Amino acid sequence: MSDAELRVPFPQRAGAALKDAFLQEALTIATTKFIDLRKEAFAGFPAGEALRDQARRIKEATLQRLDAHLGRLADNVERLGGHVHWASTGAEAREIVLRLCRERGVRTVVKSKSMATEEIDLNEALEGAGVTPIETDLGEYIIQLAGEKPSHIIAPAIHKTKGQVAELFSKALDGRFAADPEVLTAAARKELRQKFLDADMGITGANFAVAETGTVVLVTNEGNGRMVTSLPRVHVAVMGMEKVIPSMTDLMVFLAILARSATGQQLSSYTTLVRGPRQPGELEGPEEFHLILLDSGRIRQIAGPLREALYCLRCGACLNVCPVYRQIGGHAYGHTYPGPIGILLTAMLRGTESVKELAHASTLCGACKDVCPVRIDIPRMLIELREHVDQEKVAPWAERAMFRAARRIMSSPALFRMGARVGRLLQAPWVRGGRVRRLSLFLGRWTATRDLPPVAQRTFSERWKDLAGGPPGDGRRGRRAP
Amino acid sequence: MITCLGDLLFPEVGVAMVKLLRGLGVEVDFPEGQTCCGLPLFNSGYHHEAAAVAGRTMALFERSEHVVVPSGSCAWMVKTEYPGLFKDDPRRRAAAESLADRTRELSQFLVEVLGVTRVESPFRGTVTYHDSCHLLRGLGESRSPRTLLRGAPGVTLVELPGADQCCGFGGSFSVRLPEVSTAILERKLASVEGTGADCVVACDAGCLMQMGGGLSRKGSRVRALHLAQVLSGEDGA
Repeated sequence: MSDAELRVPFPQRAGAALKDAFLQEALTIATTKFIDLRKEAFAGFPAGEALRDQARRIKEATLQRLDAHLGRLADNVERLGGHVHWASTGAEAREIVLRLCRERGVRTVVKSKSMATEEIDLNEALEGAGVTPIETDLGEYIIQLAGEKPSHIIAPAIHKTKGQVAELFSKALDGRFAADPEVLTAAARKELRQKFLDADMGITGANFAVAETGTVVLVTNEGNGRMVTSLPRVHVAVMGMEKVIPSMTDLMVFLAILARSATGQQLSSYTTLVRGPRQPGELEGPEEFHLILLDSGRIRQIAGPLREALYCLRCGACLNVCPVYRQIGGHAYGHTYPGPIGILLTAMLRGTESVKELAHASTLCGACKDVCPVRIDIPRMLIELREHVDQEKVAPWAERAMFRAARRIMSSPALFRMGARVGRLLQAPWVRGGRVRRLSLFLGRWTATRDLPPVAQRTFSERWKDLAGGPPGDGRRGRRAP
Repeated sequence: MITCLGDLLFPEVGVAMVKLLRGLGVEVDFPEGQTCCGLPLFNSGYHHEAAAVAGRTMALFERSEHVVVPSGSCAWMVKTEYPGLFKDDPRRRAAAESLADRTRELSQFLVEVLGVTRVESPFRGTVTYHDSCHLLRGLGESRSPRTLLRGAPGVTLVELPGADQCCGFGGSFSVRLPEVSTAILERKLASVEGTGADCVVACDAGCLMQMGGGLSRKGSRVRALHLAQVLSGEDGA
């Protein structure tokens, strides 16, 4: 999202999304489908729960010695004839890619879907340097034609209906296209075929990188990833440093739960294992292979409060079940990674200040934690993030004052009782038929769409004397009578 | 423990709970001076403030044998989060752990502690049950409330499609992002009305405030009731 768009406050971005009928239709259909598919996939997979625990343990253990695993990965990639680049920031990663393009006279790049390259705004950088990036994943292709950003981690065009895609293709490509997914896919395939053959460089992300073998693993469903990694003469993979895993055995654990969590598949249609450039005697593969290892705020969090977010496999399951994401979609969040995990990743990559509003864009219902393949405790981290937003004093002054006042009231029964009396007096003009229908200021936000029960004429504490028929309690009773 | 919303906005739920518990032979006591468990402060990130409020609550219930709470979220706060608020203070941490052990959400207290599954309630009607997030995911409880509803002779329980999906309350979320909160609520209420039930039952004042407020604003015939109101027959009808 551009800086200008980000200046629109989050509640307004969310409000606009709620009014977008196409978006609402697309989101409901897609997220409901994903939820059902995931549920079915794990229902028929009794080993799934234990594998989720195991996957989490692998991530925990790997982060403990991340430097060693990354070192081993780099050694093995280089032994295979590949090149490894270390980028501490997104800007550094972009510069590495641009330098490779310049040195090798690259004019067009085909890309397979990659959130890491979205994170570093690589397409914009390539275009700025006169290199044409072409997205080859269907969803990414759609949003590239539309001039948009992904709104979901695995389904970048989830916000579009097939009717909208047909309209877009009919404008951008040669011909008129029906709102039929098969017709539209065929059109994109035809358009992209020649681009694969013409491209000088293929750029991918990486779902995993296996340290013991130097293997970069891509999990895809369209086969485009394979062509990106094998047809152009140079292959560049950009990956966050936390994506390294120790062994092929570990990989099997992750593969067993990743696609099930993401799309409900047992395995995705293509699992591509790339080991360096074309080896002597091999018929296919690029002449050069480059692996860019991206830090960009990740390493700092190994010992930080957002550590668990580094376990994320980018499956998108937490987005699909999030009541907030299901209503507002990904764009309203305003950053590369949307949804509950996206709030944490944004805090990691861009700092606490950037999520002072987003930290509250959750009902803390916990559905995200329930479906996360590695059981990241997202609600807990969101609460902690809110705590940091308070401590670093990026929360609005009035809000902090209000919560401090709330503490005073809740710490004093006398103030609490007085609050009830004041509430009863103030609400009197607004109570109709036992309901409060319209209040002003802060509470008006509630009563605009919902009634509120009034503060009771007699609170429970006030009624207790009638109920008890005895002296006030000392807290000692509570036993079941014999 | 009455909870702040229970005391101020839903005293009838507390009255129903007292009647229900006494009917089951439980001696009920109410330590006076209760305010709030501190959850709203905690969830908004004001942990220091939450600890101050929690300390008060711990003192009030120091001598109670069982602490019964008509709200999944407050029970979750006491059971799951209180001990962590005092991680640097072993004495208060022990007190928090003791309170956590003695505290139960109402439906769990009835089924697990009292072993009750059948309550003779005069209530008659078709109800559907909404799983409150903190009770369902925080305390892992989905069966006890359903068991009790099925066990009440005049109650017909119909399952709510998407019962485990949030109603959109989320505490301060409901006023920070009222439009989003309402959109989530609309989805929930459409589902509730689709069941044809007379009432939607929940075990959390927050959800009842949200769903009840939405139903009443729409002029719906469906009522939002607390489990205790259904089981005691003190449903105000």
